[in-house]
Amino acid sequence: MTDPRQAADRLIEIVGKRAEAEATVAVGRLELTRFANSFIHQNVGEEYVNVRLRVSAGGRVATVTGNRGDDAALAKLAESALTVAATQPVDEDWPGLTAPVAIAPADFSHPSTNDAVPAQRAAAVKAFVDAGSGLSAAGFCDTDSFETAFANSADHRAAARGSRATIDGIHQTGESAGSAHQTSNAFADLDGAAAGALAADRARRGMHAFDLKPGEYEVVLAPEPVATIAVFLDFYGFNGKALNEGQSFVELGAGQFDPRITIVDDPMGPGALGEAYDSEGTPKQSTMLVDAGTTKTVVHDRRSARRAGTKTTGHAWAMSGSLGPLAGHVVVEPGPNAVDDMIAAVERGVYVATFNYCRILDPKSQVVTGLTRNGTFMIENGAITGAITNLRFTQSFVKALGPGNILGVGNDLRYADSEFGQGVVRAPSLHLASWNFTGGAAG
Amino acid sequence: MFDHAQAAVEAALAAGATYADGRYVEARDEQIEVLNGMVEQLDRNEAAGVGVRALIGSSWGFFGTHDLSPAALRAAGTRATEIAKASAVVPGKPAPLADVPVVQAEYETPHSEAPLEVPLAEKVDLLMAVTAAMQEVKQIRLARASLGAWDTHKWFVSSQGHRIHQHLVETGGGYDATAVGEGETHRRSFPQSFGQFETGGFEVVRRWDFLGNAPRIAEEAAALLDAAACPEGEMTLILEPSQLALQIHESVGHAIELDRILGWEAAFAGTSHLELPKLGTHRYGSELMNITADATLGGALGTFGFDDEGTPAQRVPIVDRGRWVGVLSGRDSAAIAGLPPGGMVRGDGYARLPMVRMTNVGLLPGDATLEEMIAETERGVFMSTNRSWSIDDKRLNFQFGCEIGWEIKNGKLGRLVKNPTYTGITPRFWAQLDMLGGEKEWVHWGTPNCGKGQPMQVAHTGHSASPGRFAEVRVGVKG
Repeated sequence: MTDPRQAADRLIEIVGKRAEAEATVAVGRLELTRFANSFIHQNVGEEYVNVRLRVSAGGRVATVTGNRGDDAALAKLAESALTVAATQPVDEDWPGLTAPVAIAPADFSHPSTNDAVPAQRAAAVKAFVDAGSGLSAAGFCDTDSFETAFANSADHRAAARGSRATIDGIHQTGESAGSAHQTSNAFADLDGAAAGALAADRARRGMHAFDLKPGEYEVVLAPEPVATIAVFLDFYGFNGKALNEGQSFVELGAGQFDPRITIVDDPMGPGALGEAYDSEGTPKQSTMLVDAGTTKTVVHDRRSARRAGTKTTGHAWAMSGSLGPLAGHVVVEPGPNAVDDMIAAVERGVYVATFNYCRILDPKSQVVTGLTRNGTFMIENGAITGAITNLRFTQSFVKALGPGNILGVGNDLRYADSEFGQGVVRAPSLHLASWNFTGGAAG
Repeated sequence: MFDHAQAAVEAALAAGATYADGRYVEARDEQIEVLNGMVEQLDRNEAAGVGVRALIGSSWGFFGTHDLSPAALRAAGTRATEIAKASAVVPGKPAPLADVPVVQAEYETPHSEAPLEVPLAEKVDLLMAVTAAMQEVKQIRLARASLGAWDTHKWFVSSQGHRIHQHLVETGGGYDATAVGEGETHRRSFPQSFGQFETGGFEVVRRWDFLGNAPRIAEEAAALLDAAACPEGEMTLILEPSQLALQIHESVGHAIELDRILGWEAAFAGTSHLELPKLGTHRYGSELMNITADATLGGALGTFGFDDEGTPAQRVPIVDRGRWVGVLSGRDSAAIAGLPPGGMVRGDGYARLPMVRMTNVGLLPGDATLEEMIAETERGVFMSTNRSWSIDDKRLNFQFGCEIGWEIKNGKLGRLVKNPTYTGITPRFWAQLDMLGGEKEWVHWGTPNCGKGQPMQVAHTGHSASPGRFAEVRVGVKG
């Protein structure tokens, strides 16, 4: 088994004085048990080594990746990086390496995840399936356990361990579906039976759905759709590169959101999965993105920060050179409202359990189209009165959280599947004054 | 090289698997991106490893390892079988594998210029020149150009005796210009959104006139800042071929995946509006609609010799004069459905489980021309180049946005329109196909970013298309 610290150190040693160099090495095991039609149909595992080396030889920059940690492979990788870099023009925006800074070895992993075996995941799946008697279940349960190390030729070193476990699935009646999601760093926290029971309840309540006429409706969004909104704001908006390029909606210091909205990137706080440093070795810290409705900052890696004339916030990742820096531990802060109370406050509106296939039409206005899925319900006179067939929406996500549109913020903060990967966003339910549904099941 | 996969397969069988197969994969790729004359990304990636599948009864297990030591390969095979045994805790019905020919074979993508051997300086110079040409237009804030290439060797063995080596080469690239205005951005891309990718060498890039089209693309992006809004309402829609290719991908390609039809993707990617009992009778579209899944199409991105179960590449009719007649399948799904296996199962690298993926799902050409379509349209919009795409989990309710559009009035192309969108329901939309471009305007478009599966996998797929005209489509959906 590759020792990530040794491999990262060795890469820096091999490059020597020929270039500035930055190495990241991740070693881990990902296992995922997938089920459909109430049986396990795909069940996979992988032991991985991800090695990444970025060099700058007099400002000529190249990045190489590999998946072997032995000495011969590392030497080949280093030579490849140097060869490629030598052919490049000088990068005028090369931001240099992270100077040494103390980062205590961090361990965010949990033994129950690190030691999970296929039979345990299968048992969690069985509990999910059994919770929906007579229904058809589908979903997955996975565990990811990893160790990472960073080294650069400026003598900066860092290392960390982490883990994540998720169970996510639906129950189906034949005419409707309901979903449930749980994520934690500890596999022991997952409760397949509870998740299955929630999904089954939503599925059964989703039967006999009717077509609602599209239009503007008051909505209560469960944590999943709120997480999707947060991911779009993050990727296209709170992204320092996007702001530098004039493509972000962000206006720093402006009250772009309702005062009840606070969004923070919080990699180390209570309940976080944890990440001690970014791919450039910058220590992670809590970053306030929106404070009581006011947009406070965007996130940066070293390159976008240099271009913006500011400092990195520690949000570099493997693709940030191209896609820009990202906040990977987004929290939409919870509020005081119980979900039932938010529903009770709606005279006529829609409850949405999840969004599906959201795509942005314009990053600057944040107009997004997508659909509802796995639970869309009519709210009348403060109570859910029936199920609705899926609706299409075309809606600006900034305006959705804009001043005056937030009528309630839930107290039900949890990890929510944002449609773009688990373990990225924690969000509560939200009660919004208006949402623009532009089409129904019939078009 | 077969030995790596063979060792894992033998270990899986020794641990109790009744069937096992393994792939040793060596993959190299290169991605270059230039933004405004600066190299923004230059990545070279190499990965090698073995993925092994084990079957016990109806229960599968899969394990991937980068470690090529004999002990690690044996451990991977054993682990795959252990995982299969765990799958049996929640078992499915007995599911035999459909028979396929057991072959020992070689396949290589025809190519003349190995893309990873072309000097980096030449590639970067091309991208620099393209971005410089686009930056000549003053409203262009972002001029981005990229090239990508993949060089993959696969050695496949199975416990039934397959031994297949393939060398696949894929190359492509593209560029876009973004004009940023007050509260809006407009992008134009060439040859299509995300670039054009094909099987073949660097000759693919040389075939497209990257530099010659750059000024036009930049000028169109700039012009969109002052363009009129897309008209709203039901009218005739004409789609440029690359947008029609994505329409095929989303509303046909995914819908005909047999794993989706069987419910295996229900929780994530979704299911399908198609029902197997209606195969052969269901009306998918108009008489002009003829779709094939053809993994043998020279130069198309979804072309190969054998899939990752060892099934030979083949051409399968999917829609015949508007009638649904075929699916995308693998050995297990085909056996369950009682259909012949289509050879459409592929995995993303050694560490991912092979699953049903599109090959080249394309719309065969008609006999009209774009010029004729416009001339025969009283009121409509011509839309080009995808900007956004969204479709529901049954592949029915879709909404697409394009980069650019032109109004059509009385048979003539009129003013430019921005943010053109259209929406519809799959079978109703395809039933409205009333004119289709001919072979001269037929292009094998490539999609290099098709996501599916958990853990996520990315596949490269192909979609041949010519321009198409659709009657009475709802356009101009606003947020």
